[in-house]
Amino acid sequence: MSNNEGVIYRISGPVVTATGIDARMYEVVRVGHEKLMGEVIEIHGEQSVIQVYEDTSGIRPGEPVLSTGQTLSVQLGPGLLTSIYDGIQRPLQTLEEVMGVFITRGVDADGLDLEKKWDFVATASAGDEVVGGQIIGTVQETETITHKIMVPPKSSGTIKSIDSGEFTVTETVCTLDDGTEIQMMQEWPVRHPRPYTQKYAPDTPLVTGMRILDFLFPLAKGGAAGIPGPFGSGKTVTQQSLAKYSDAQLVVYIGCGERGNEMTEVLDEFPGLIDPNTGKPLMNRTVMIANTSNMPVAAREASVYTGITIAEYFRDQGYDVALMADSTSRWAEAMREISSRLEEMPGEEGYPAYLSSRLAEFYERAGRVETLNGDDGSVTVIGAVSPPGGDISEPVSQGTLRIVKVFWGLDAGLARKRHFPAINWLNSYSLYPQSLNQWFRDNIASDFPEVRTEISALLKVEAELQEIVQLVGSDALPIDQQLTLEVARMIREYFLQQNGFDPVDAYSGVEQQYAMAKAILTFQDEAKKAMAAGARLQDVVNVPARTELMRARFAEGYLESIGGLVDDMVGEITGTVEAN
Amino acid sequence: MTSKEYKTITDIKGPLVFLEKTEPVAYGEIVTIRLSDGSMKNGQVLDTSDDAVIVQVFEGTEAIDRQAGVKFLGDVFKLPVSRDLVGRILDGAGRPRDGGPDIVAEEKADIIGAAINPYSRQSPHDFIQTGVSAIDCCTTLVRGQKLPIFSASGLPHNDIALQIARQAKLKDSDEEFIVVFCAMGITAEEYNFFRTDLERTGALENAVLFVNLADDPAVERLITPRLALTAAEYLAFEHDYHVLVIYTDMTNYCDSLRQIGAAREEVPGRRGYPGYMYTDLAMLYERAGIVKGKKGSITQFPILTMPGDDITHPIPDLSGYITEGQIVISRELHQAGIYPPINVLPSLSRLMGGCIGEKTTRDDHKKVSDQMYAAYAEGRELRGLVAIVGEDALNERDLQLLKFSDIFEDKFLRQDRDEDRTIDETLDLCWNLMSSIDEKYLVRLDRELIDKYGQHTE
Ligand SMILES: Nc1ncnc2c1ncn2[C@@H]1O[C@H](COP(=O)(O)OP(=O)(O)OP(=O)(O)O)[C@@H](O)[C@H]1O
Ligand SMILES: [Mg+2]
Repeated sequence: MSNNEGVIYRISGPVVTATGIDARMYEVVRVGHEKLMGEVIEIHGEQSVIQVYEDTSGIRPGEPVLSTGQTLSVQLGPGLLTSIYDGIQRPLQTLEEVMGVFITRGVDADGLDLEKKWDFVATASAGDEVVGGQIIGTVQETETITHKIMVPPKSSGTIKSIDSGEFTVTETVCTLDDGTEIQMMQEWPVRHPRPYTQKYAPDTPLVTGMRILDFLFPLAKGGAAGIPGPFGSGKTVTQQSLAKYSDAQLVVYIGCGERGNEMTEVLDEFPGLIDPNTGKPLMNRTVMIANTSNMPVAAREASVYTGITIAEYFRDQGYDVALMADSTSRWAEAMREISSRLEEMPGEEGYPAYLSSRLAEFYERAGRVETLNGDDGSVTVIGAVSPPGGDISEPVSQGTLRIVKVFWGLDAGLARKRHFPAINWLNSYSLYPQSLNQWFRDNIASDFPEVRTEISALLKVEAELQEIVQLVGSDALPIDQQLTLEVARMIREYFLQQNGFDPVDAYSGVEQQYAMAKAILTFQDEAKKAMAAGARLQDVVNVPARTELMRARFAEGYLESIGGLVDDMVGEITGTVEAN
Repeated sequence: MTSKEYKTITDIKGPLVFLEKTEPVAYGEIVTIRLSDGSMKNGQVLDTSDDAVIVQVFEGTEAIDRQAGVKFLGDVFKLPVSRDLVGRILDGAGRPRDGGPDIVAEEKADIIGAAINPYSRQSPHDFIQTGVSAIDCCTTLVRGQKLPIFSASGLPHNDIALQIARQAKLKDSDEEFIVVFCAMGITAEEYNFFRTDLERTGALENAVLFVNLADDPAVERLITPRLALTAAEYLAFEHDYHVLVIYTDMTNYCDSLRQIGAAREEVPGRRGYPGYMYTDLAMLYERAGIVKGKKGSITQFPILTMPGDDITHPIPDLSGYITEGQIVISRELHQAGIYPPINVLPSLSRLMGGCIGEKTTRDDHKKVSDQMYAAYAEGRELRGLVAIVGEDALNERDLQLLKFSDIFEDKFLRQDRDEDRTIDETLDLCWNLMSSIDEKYLVRLDRELIDKYGQHTE
């Protein structure tokens, strides 16, 4: 006989030990008179060790512990979009209504609004054979996103009845022959990846609108990227920029152990922003999870799982979903904190020995897949990493770099020079170009990969030349190398730098990126020609049309005007020959 | 509440006392310990179970023996709060230190503080004029921000903090801040310096001081900032005050945290500091801000001294990861005789973008600040090059930038300890100093601004 009520034996911060309860691993339990939510994370004989998602001050040994029979799950269905949740999917808006502006404890809240009626449109009919994952109807959840209602992954059979109409998420919309009732809401345990038919190799870029990313270090839809960087180097600005401008159809943004004001900023800003890909408000495609640094660490640990499960759920509907986690280091630290309370044998720097496998499991939930219903969907994961002292030899950075295929390395030196985005072009990398080259050739320009190679080669040469310049000054270099330095400077200042806060410059389409790169190469070619014919480097570099070409990127309609501006520049450079 | 006294101490180690066979004791519960000579100490429960309880003793465990009597007071640590806190000086555990009466509580507030719901915050955007050019122009302080000073021993961070406390105001407003000052392990001399200054300027009447000095109990420091922030929250969110919390020195706080971790034999993180130090610091720093529906605000100005002047040390590092920027004090500038020796290059105010401009400061602020920064950064870098190749190798532009970096330090950074520059004066000064550089090199300024404000002579 199993017992579902026990008592607290010990309390140590967020970790509580209970006796007299027959709980299963990862089962959700209710702790103390206030019924705080917790999860069983270890079992020792009679004792169950529980991580508690709320503050435990004032709780005493002897208070009751109840098991619920459930594992930590999220509610999935219409109502997710535009929401902001804490790490265990409690809507922050509901918490405000119940508790006021400060988060106290002991309050339960459903992830979805159970009262709201949605307009369900059946797309399957009675008599249809259906399997898990199959779409049986739709709800127009927001202007841009049609929420597809699926048969839960483990059910299948013949539809006995199905009705269109107004339903709440817990009302039955469809019944199968065997009596199975299907509602719009499903629950899914967060620590289990949702099933799919097969994984595909990624072949389409996630276009971010950030030049250095798309052009030099592209990320594929269904891929995974890590952004490590010291404090203040631009992780959050980059992640927010991706949330705003990337061409994912849906965005899950996890603020994991970071600042409260940054989440407020997103909440303030997104409703007024327009998605450049659809022309509709950005909020319509966004789900937010905010478990800030001062909120309970156990819920911080859970937040990334809550987020990725929601992302997978939309993937299963055939969407391209992008998930940002800022910062995965805070998640790892939450693991470390819990692990040390469990007095587990620590691995490197006090992190639990299972750190790298947890990281790997998380990033493995990214991918482009064939869904259970034969559709194509993807989850792209972009994780910020906050290495102590900015030194990426530490375990979280290293554990991440072993798995992700894209490394966008932020650099304190560049940030200090106000070169933004402060992504170091010399040590960043992407392992995707090979699989994405075809897409770039087909959709942008047939020589796209070659132009990219040329641009990155120039940057490498510049780095070598700079070492010499440090010793002797640039005037000592031969004139062709001085030109190379000018071209590289143009790449850095005109192409790589991009102001994340400028309404126009913040987003650059790939076609525009290509046009800008070509403009730089044109400048190089024309300058060489002119100088061979006797022009002076100073004059070539200072032609006003080049300055104009560079400056004009802050004006609307740049892609259309760039051709004319390049022609002007070529004309003026040619003119420098005669001037001599 | 009458409660039972236990004499069941088994072990005493560092600042910790271990007991057995108690009634159920709450996690975080407050404890008194009566020593054999009748004197009392205070503590708090860190770990509790049916069999054993661990108590952290604020005053240290000196003279405690196994016969000492331990009472559990049935509640977590609370601060009696009232409007009467204003003008008072309290010790590091919240008891009067000024000889005045006990605080008559309007309310008792839990000092751990609850997290502000991120959904309920309001983005800070009001410009605070500190009268210090380097800060107002380059790392603008915003009401509701947490902006620490990263300093090091022997540098004038206290003068800067006091100057800001004295001068800080909203532009074109007389609205004053209430200052909540929290001392953690600073010397009596430093404390007197603060107190005398606050007294001299009359600010003490509008301040609350929580004072734990270097010879006060080290473990008590772990609650001092929590008391200060609890008082700040009460004044800001119950009484609509704008509160400026200055705490110094966070480094001493973190060292106390490390001491507890070591006594508990926890697995240490970097340099021996506990792995949960980030979370612990965040529970303090995140108590800054503005919330919906309340008029008041909390702005935090923590001061920390970087051990070995090392910004990658865990204390500044973890702070920088939580706060909304930092103001970095430079030993080099201090040694060159410049006050305030603020190195603007590694300094940053992350909330600045949303609070400067035509409506709040001036239309040229953003561009001027970018240009000043860029020119100074380049000039400073050239100093390094000149040291190797000499000034002769520099072209005209580089020479101008090199000179500008000196002017920047001498005229822009340098100001008197009681010199209160308005933002207009600061920006006008910038234009004046930038006139030493040819217009064509000031690429971050645009034509209209140069025509409007430029001070170049033909
Ligand atoms: N792309 C960008 N364009 C303009 N400014 C930027 C850009 N990226 C970063 N910045 C500047 O750098 C500051 C810090 O950036 P951000 O908050 O993203 O750092 P972070 O790496 O997330 O730091 P932390 O680890 O402390 O959270 C911003 O407030 C902004 O001033
Ligand atoms: Mg950040």
